[in-house]
Amino acid sequence: MNIFQDANRKQIAGRRRTDWLLHMLFVIATSIGVLALCALIIDILIDGIVRLQPDLFNNFPSRKADGSGMKSALVGTIYMLLIMAPISFIFGVGAAIYLEEYAKKGRLTRLIQLNISTLAGVPSIVYGILGLALFVRLLALDRSLIAGALTMTLLVLPIIIVAAQEAIRAVPRSRRDASFALGATKWQTVSRSVMPSALPGVLTGVILAMSRAIGETAPLVMIGALTYVAFLPDGLRDSFTVIPIQVYNWLSKPQIEFKELAASGIIVLLVLLLLMNFSAILLRNKYQKNV
Amino acid sequence: MSRQGLKTMDQAQTVNKELYEFKNKRVSIMNKLMPVLLLLCASVSILTTFGIVVTLITETYHFFKVIPIFDFLFGTKWSPLIPPKSFGVLPLLSGTLLITVIACLVAIPLGLASAIYLSEYAPKRVRKIIKPILEVLAGVPTIVYGYFALSLITPMIQSVFGSAGVFNALSAGIVVGIMIIPMVSSLSEDAMSAVPRSLRDGAYALGATRFEVALKIVVPAAFSGIVASAVLAFSRAIGETMIVTLAAGSTPNMTINPLDSIQTMTAYIVQVSLGDTPHGSIEYGSIFAVGMTLFVITFLLNIFAQYIARKFREEY
Repeated sequence: MNIFQDANRKQIAGRRRTDWLLHMLFVIATSIGVLALCALIIDILIDGIVRLQPDLFNNFPSRKADGSGMKSALVGTIYMLLIMAPISFIFGVGAAIYLEEYAKKGRLTRLIQLNISTLAGVPSIVYGILGLALFVRLLALDRSLIAGALTMTLLVLPIIIVAAQEAIRAVPRSRRDASFALGATKWQTVSRSVMPSALPGVLTGVILAMSRAIGETAPLVMIGALTYVAFLPDGLRDSFTVIPIQVYNWLSKPQIEFKELAASGIIVLLVLLLLMNFSAILLRNKYQKNV
Repeated sequence: MSRQGLKTMDQAQTVNKELYEFKNKRVSIMNKLMPVLLLLCASVSILTTFGIVVTLITETYHFFKVIPIFDFLFGTKWSPLIPPKSFGVLPLLSGTLLITVIACLVAIPLGLASAIYLSEYAPKRVRKIIKPILEVLAGVPTIVYGYFALSLITPMIQSVFGSAGVFNALSAGIVVGIMIIPMVSSLSEDAMSAVPRSLRDGAYALGATRFEVALKIVVPAAFSGIVASAVLAFSRAIGETMIVTLAAGSTPNMTINPLDSIQTMTAYIVQVSLGDTPHGSIEYGSIFAVGMTLFVITFLLNIFAQYIARKFREEY
């Protein structure tokens, strides 16, 4: 009897030890991801903080690293956001409303839905190829701000549609029923009862999609956003550059000074992203309190 | 009430009625018009797919009229810019595969372990902090990762392996792997959280320890979701562009040595579009042929992931 008990105890102790070991292993694995993020941020801060001066925001890029700035890239990024935000909002939210409120469960709806989830998985550079063929060549928009903004709109649309669909789906049925009971039409119900209630969630999704867009480099390289732009874009048809492309340009130069400039450009980009994500979180928290 | 008063009331009623009818008409027009407009919005997504497919097919078709498709698919030399020109895609494919395999070797174990930790071990408070931090990794722009690879990972690799060049597949692969950790961890964790509590409780009641519950109950039950997340991460790594452009170099090389410089499909597309390639030239066409290859591979993988997630899901 005693022998069995001992064997049993030994076996349990062994299993406990394995449990503890694996626990540690999982903790270590998880912390590697977190540490990588910390290393990345610290590395960039150390390299870039010296160049984070007024020159960076006030000057155009130049051949010499000293006094070189990214004014045109910063302005280009903001212009691109201003153009694509309304377009992608209208089309993205429109599509989401259609799919959630109007579409009958059928073949077409399933096709659109499947199509959206597939588009979300298409590599961003493929959107660049589409932009190059469609906007730059076919519509002859050239390597312009509008061509870039439209390409990026197509890229973020699936993200916005999915987020907006979730927000609309979260609106309780009773709200719609109440509106119908008051004699409202379908569109009145959607526009005055459902959408106001879904709006914070929708906006959160739009902001997150925009933050994805300002970090994208590859599609804009494809459609030929220029790497050296020493002027501010004046109209939709002007050539332009954005922060990630300016960073890429600096990174491809061998001198160490340009590497520092690239790091400081990255800091600006990350701060911009942080602000956008922070506002999205604020919106979401406010929204969660209200429901 | 005076006659005058009655008349104005009458008038007011008519005006009111007209106004009402006018408003009603507008309301009903809106009600009929909006679904059509909204359907148009929704069809943009279909048109996008259509645009991608048509563009890729037409340009690739022109390309294959000059370069036989067989030479493209099975050629082992990719030298599109320097004569003698040769358009065999295998070096680009092998470069892409090398990066992707390294990335998955990093991301799948780490991501899966993180998912198990977050779903089975971590206290609620820890999970609430760690999960968003890991997800930040997916939101960092790829150009930033490219910088990270060049400035930190590559020097580290060079100090360990003296033979490694400035551009090597290992550095790019590791960083791509870090980038896709959250894809594996988040999607796997979602799948594990969906496993009902009662299954775990049953195992605990039989005296199982936590790792036994995690590895023998939860992971098998969530297996379809875990595999789907790994396939999606794989597909994401194939399509990744800026990290490999910056850190892996631009030498189309058929090699399995991770310390060598290679070129991926995506990096080639960037390289050509950075140069001023004239429209209609064979180099220009090659972007589309390579893009088509990339699109088909990622598309099939994504469909495959969706299929696994649906088909093999355990229903409770």
